[in-house]
Amino acid sequence: MIEMSATAADLDATRTALLGRKSGELTSLMKVLPALSPDDRRDGGAAVNRVKTAIDVAVADRVNALSANTASGPKLDLTMPARRAWKGSVHPVTAVIDEIVDIFRELGFSIALGPEAESQWYNFTSLNFPENHPATDMHDTLYLRDDVLLRTHTSPVQMRTMQTTTPPIRILAPGNVYRRDFFDASHAPMFSQIEGLSVDEGISFVDLKATLTHFANRIFGETKTRFRPSYFPFTEPSAEMDVACQICHGSGCATCKNTGWMEILGSGMVHPNVIEAAGLDSERYTGWAFGMGPGRIAMLRHRIPDIRILYDSDMRFLTQVAR
Amino acid sequence: MNASYKWLQDFVDIDMSPRDLRDLLTARCATVDDVVILREDLAGIIVGRVVEAAHHPNSDHLWLTKVDAGDGVIHDVVCGAPNVSVGTLYPFAPVGTVLPGGLKLEKRKIRGTVSEGMLCSARELGLGTDHEGILAIETPAEPGQRLLDVMPVGDTRIIVDVLPNRPDLLSHEGLAREIAAASGRELHRPIHPPARLTRGVDSASAPPAIDVTVEDFDGSPRYMSAIITGVQIGPSPEWLSSRIEAVGGRSVNNVVDVTNYMLHGFGQPMHAFDLAHLGGGKLVVRRAVDGERLTTLDGVDRVLDSNMTVIADATSPQAIAGVIGGKGSEVTAGTTDLLLEAAAFNPARVRATRRKLNVSTDASYRFERGVDVAAIPSLLAYAAELIVRVAGGRVVGSPTDSSVETPAVAPLTLRPARVATVLGERIDIAEIVANLTGIGFTVAQTGDSLSVTPASFRQDVTGEAELIEEVARLHGYDNFPSELRAYRPAVRRDAPLHGASSRVRAALVAVGVLEARPMPFVRTGIDAHRLRNPIADDEAYLRTSLLDTLSRRVEYNMAHMERNVRLFEVGTVFTSDEHSGGTAIGERIHAAAVIVGDRAPAHFTAGDPGRFDEWDAKGIAELMANAAYPGSNIHCNPSIGDALWIVMVDGIAAGSVMRLSLDAPVWAAPAFGIEIDLEAVPGGEITVRQYAQIPVMPAMDVDLALLVPESVSAASVEETIRQSAGDMLESLTVFDEFRGKGIGDGVRSIAWRLTFRHPDRTLRDKEVQGRTGKILSVLESKLGIRQRTS
Repeated sequence: MIEMSATAADLDATRTALLGRKSGELTSLMKVLPALSPDDRRDGGAAVNRVKTAIDVAVADRVNALSANTASGPKLDLTMPARRAWKGSVHPVTAVIDEIVDIFRELGFSIALGPEAESQWYNFTSLNFPENHPATDMHDTLYLRDDVLLRTHTSPVQMRTMQTTTPPIRILAPGNVYRRDFFDASHAPMFSQIEGLSVDEGISFVDLKATLTHFANRIFGETKTRFRPSYFPFTEPSAEMDVACQICHGSGCATCKNTGWMEILGSGMVHPNVIEAAGLDSERYTGWAFGMGPGRIAMLRHRIPDIRILYDSDMRFLTQVAR
Repeated sequence: MNASYKWLQDFVDIDMSPRDLRDLLTARCATVDDVVILREDLAGIIVGRVVEAAHHPNSDHLWLTKVDAGDGVIHDVVCGAPNVSVGTLYPFAPVGTVLPGGLKLEKRKIRGTVSEGMLCSARELGLGTDHEGILAIETPAEPGQRLLDVMPVGDTRIIVDVLPNRPDLLSHEGLAREIAAASGRELHRPIHPPARLTRGVDSASAPPAIDVTVEDFDGSPRYMSAIITGVQIGPSPEWLSSRIEAVGGRSVNNVVDVTNYMLHGFGQPMHAFDLAHLGGGKLVVRRAVDGERLTTLDGVDRVLDSNMTVIADATSPQAIAGVIGGKGSEVTAGTTDLLLEAAAFNPARVRATRRKLNVSTDASYRFERGVDVAAIPSLLAYAAELIVRVAGGRVVGSPTDSSVETPAVAPLTLRPARVATVLGERIDIAEIVANLTGIGFTVAQTGDSLSVTPASFRQDVTGEAELIEEVARLHGYDNFPSELRAYRPAVRRDAPLHGASSRVRAALVAVGVLEARPMPFVRTGIDAHRLRNPIADDEAYLRTSLLDTLSRRVEYNMAHMERNVRLFEVGTVFTSDEHSGGTAIGERIHAAAVIVGDRAPAHFTAGDPGRFDEWDAKGIAELMANAAYPGSNIHCNPSIGDALWIVMVDGIAAGSVMRLSLDAPVWAAPAFGIEIDLEAVPGGEITVRQYAQIPVMPAMDVDLALLVPESVSAASVEETIRQSAGDMLESLTVFDEFRGKGIGDGVRSIAWRLTFRHPDRTLRDKEVQGRTGKILSVLESKLGIRQRTS
């Protein structure tokens, strides 16, 4: 049929008859597929695709043959590749940060930034960390001077923002944070974190749950979530949010240790001591905060098994996952 | 915290599976990281009854037995144990079973007779060291049942992630308390199997009197001790050793096992001293003297200092308080008299000591998080009774106690209205009272608010905020609604640097550069900040330039045979200038890009696309500067030194373009780097350009090829042309440069296209020629530059 098409118009009609979106023969065959059993559907789908590829190639050959007969200018084999420019892309972690930012922007959040070299006060003291307490063991710290360290979390930006802004406050603070962890498949001494903070009169745990649940559904698609008790010195109550394991979708696998859940972020109601440390009235203002690792989400999303791949800056990797 | 499912059941009746228990604890209390079924390696071992036994015809010591394994077939089994007896039940491993240790049983011939499985000894099953014979099962059982179901060897380990604020959960009692509260059950003390009559040994004489005193009250807020005499050290009864092993411990002897039982069971570390090795009739809790030494239980000789607290006899330290005991007074097989210690030690001091000595123990882990001071008397009595039960002997006199009085826990105010504000839901007062009471708190209602006294083991609860957390978690986080409620909009602007970073990223992505996010640590640097405690010596400094770390990434790619590398980063550099954060560490956000290799992907229509060169780098510098500072005046100043150009933004140096010297393979193309400081120019307001009339009159082009000495820059030629060209010169563009034949040394030919236009009328040839002639004469007189003639 294709080879018998004598003109471009004929060929086009033939192509439509076979592949047309409304009544193409192959298209109607594809419409049958959903009704089949899973095995038949897989086999049938593969067969339809093979036929489709064959038709595409046959059409392309015929286009070449027809244009060779008719065209007057230079001959063009239109199946030859395009002239492309190099493809650039943001890093997969940046892509996740951008996506998180976009979701919270819809809810009125803006971006705040803060220094990576921080004082002890902003990183620990003002955030209600008890001195010389095992709580600081969770933040093995890199020090520059006695009182100056590389921030172990983006939470100091909460403090800096509350000190300079009269509520309502709704901010997101993306940035790099540092821990004195050896560089291995699952740890890096520097990684990205993104902090969120909402402070105003009447902000409650329900707002926290609702906003973060909405966020989880936006970034992962409709998903189950759960909140479980946790501990951060600067929030009370504290909660970790889990979503259904993105690998097994809740049925249990090695990645989620058979729990069906995957830890996504830490959150909580800002401790009144922290609100007071920022110079705000903790009786009047309440707030919630969260912190999460975009790197972890990037790894989940692209099925990256080793965190070091994110830092290697291998052109082959960056090109592979480029958007 | 490793918890044993069976041990928890000693404290509370649990009518749910370990899996459901995991979900309950995770939702209400602390996250369960894992649930491990213990001795799953015994899952294939079943109970078998020997129904016949006869001597093997070809061996003196082997038996031919027939085993009923409950499957309706009688199995022929060859067995070498001396204690085979007909009618007895033994652990039986049928053909195909994998034994602990990994050996898979095959059907095989032993001295000419087929054996269809194996009767197992305790050692073969990892249940003890006894290898004298096969293990007789004394509990009631039927052939075919799983060994795990009939002998108390199986258990499930529940691994709980206990966070630093909840030391009370570092014990089975503490976890059981939460389980009881969440499931509406009662918490009770374990009921231990009756002691097999353990006879103590008679002390030859009355135990030596010992005087226990505390000098370092800061180091030990409470120190109690009890004397037990006439114990017989030996192996622990099965119930005790199995508990210790279920949490991953090792059974040592009956007395030491009891102290560990108290640690894991009740969260109270204890220590038993051999009374015979405490000299001088004296035990004192004091600060160590600088330079004092003690060989600890792990055999290490340690040097102590005066910030540490020790338990010492009349002459020397016998234990490091809260961390580890001393070798000299440890309980050994020959011990008969004990001093049993139960104490609380200063958490911060224990922490400092174990860090300094670099020895972390189960005891130090609990002491540095805080033990329940109020529970010490009853736990000491409980432990003493257990020791007598498993090791005999008797408690002499009453325990010593350094504590004058237990500090009263002050009641806290909890306002139900505040609960509703913080949680966003009104919680019934009755529910609050019931839940807090369930975890051991005392609640009294006074007017509109509650007066809550936290339990003595909950030192983390210091205010209303912590009480509200208890209310929330016991209510169940999942029972709060997830409804988005009205909020007031915040009107804070984005941090300006976020906008600049995003624009630079987008510009570089558009021209085919890929973003990298490397770490900012470098081996060394001029004026670079060094970390006090770097992870490794070759990453001890913080970078002062992004190109430094980006260059290493290019080298990494080249090492993987990648010829074409285009990377950029937007990140932080650390400099020595002052800083707005007040930390005296300068910090700036920079953007940098590196380009190496082919300028474009190969295409069949053209041959070699060419390599990136200086002009590509200059273009990318302008692109980046423009994206960072839109509307500003961007100019690249030629530079001498490492940089090719300094990038000027409104007259301020904001970056540079470099030819990079890399550790590169011979085949590598030249590498160029561009780095722009995104904080170099204040302001950040985007200049909006104004409309100008789009020309309607035709333009006229004149091409001039000029012979320009190498010593004269193109920029100065252009400047001269502009000065003499008048208003009609619309644009001036270089379109060619040529060096070589026919031009002479030290000179090149540069071709410019001059575009002339008048806004209101068509230009005449003559006036453009006249203007061109003037330009040429000025060029000659001022710069000695002439037109190229051939």
